[in-house]
Amino acid sequence: MSGISALIVDDSLTMRKIVERSLRGAGVPLTKVFEAGNGAEALGVLQDNRVDLILCDVNMPVMDGLEFVKRLSETENGKGVPVVMITTEGSESVVVQALSCGAKGYIRKPFAAEDVKESVMSLLAGKL
Amino acid sequence: MRSADQLLSTRKGHETWIPILELAIREVFELMLGSKLDLPGDESRQQPGITAMVGLAGQVCGVMSIKCDTKAASRMASKMLGSEPDEKSADLQDAFGEICNMVAGNFKNKITGMSDKCMLSVPTVVTGSDYSLRSLSDSDSIEVTMLFERLPFTVSLEIQS
Repeated sequence: MSGISALIVDDSLTMRKIVERSLRGAGVPLTKVFEAGNGAEALGVLQDNRVDLILCDVNMPVMDGLEFVKRLSETENGKGVPVVMITTEGSESVVVQALSCGAKGYIRKPFAAEDVKESVMSLLAGKL
Repeated sequence: MRSADQLLSTRKGHETWIPILELAIREVFELMLGSKLDLPGDESRQQPGITAMVGLAGQVCGVMSIKCDTKAASRMASKMLGSEPDEKSADLQDAFGEICNMVAGNFKNKITGMSDKCMLSVPTVVTGSDYSLRSLSDSDSIEVTMLFERLPFTVSLEIQS
C-alpha cells in the first residue's frame, strides 16, 4: 500500500489534530501531514510541497476555504488534488458553493471516523 | 420539524428548542470527544472558570455560550487534543472555543430554515469568572446543564426577539 501525504487547513489547532487522527483511524496510510491555519498559508505550503489530499475548513480568517479551493487550480502543485471540505457550515448553499468551486467532498462537523473514511477513501482509490 | 419562522412567531417558542439544543450538545460530545453525557441533579451549580461564545446573526440573532470550571474544560480539551493541556494554554482555549462552535453549528443545522439564513461568528473565549455579560435588549434565553465525566457545564442561547 502506498503512503499518502495530506494537507489539513483549519484555523483551529484542535480540529487539525482531530482530522489527522480521524484519517489515521480511517486507515489512511499517512506518510506526511502538512498543516495550515488558513487558505493563504495553505497556498504557501503548496509552493514547495506536493500532496495527495487536502482537507479544508470553510470559515477561516485571511483566506477562507472557498477562496482557497478556487485558487488551487491555478497552482502547479495544487492542480487536480482532491479537496474535502470540513466545516460546521452545513447550509445547502455553502455545500453547493464548495462543490462548484472544485471541492470533491464535504463533511459536516461533528463527524464520525466513518464519515471521514467514506469521503476520503474513494478519492484515494488510485493511490492506495 | 418546526421552522425557525414558526418558532420565532411565538413568544414561548424558544422553549421547544431546549431538546434540540440538548441533542446538538450530545452529538458533539459523542462524536468528537467520545463521551456520553449525563443529566445533572440539583446540586450541579458550578463556578465558571472559562466561557466560550459564538455569535449568531441573520434570521436568528443571539449568542451561544458554554461555561464550566477549568477542570472540566481541561478534560474536554484533552479528549480532543489527545494530551492534557495546561489550564491557561491557548490549546485549551482553542479546543473549548471549537466545542462551542460545533454545538452552535450543529444546533442551527437542526432547525429548518435556520441553517441557510443564520451565520456564526468565530468563537471568543473568556477565562475567569469576574466578568459580566450585558444582555441583549428584549431577549429570551434557553439553557441546558449537563454532566461531562460528572463535571457540570452549561450551554446557553440568548436570542434577540
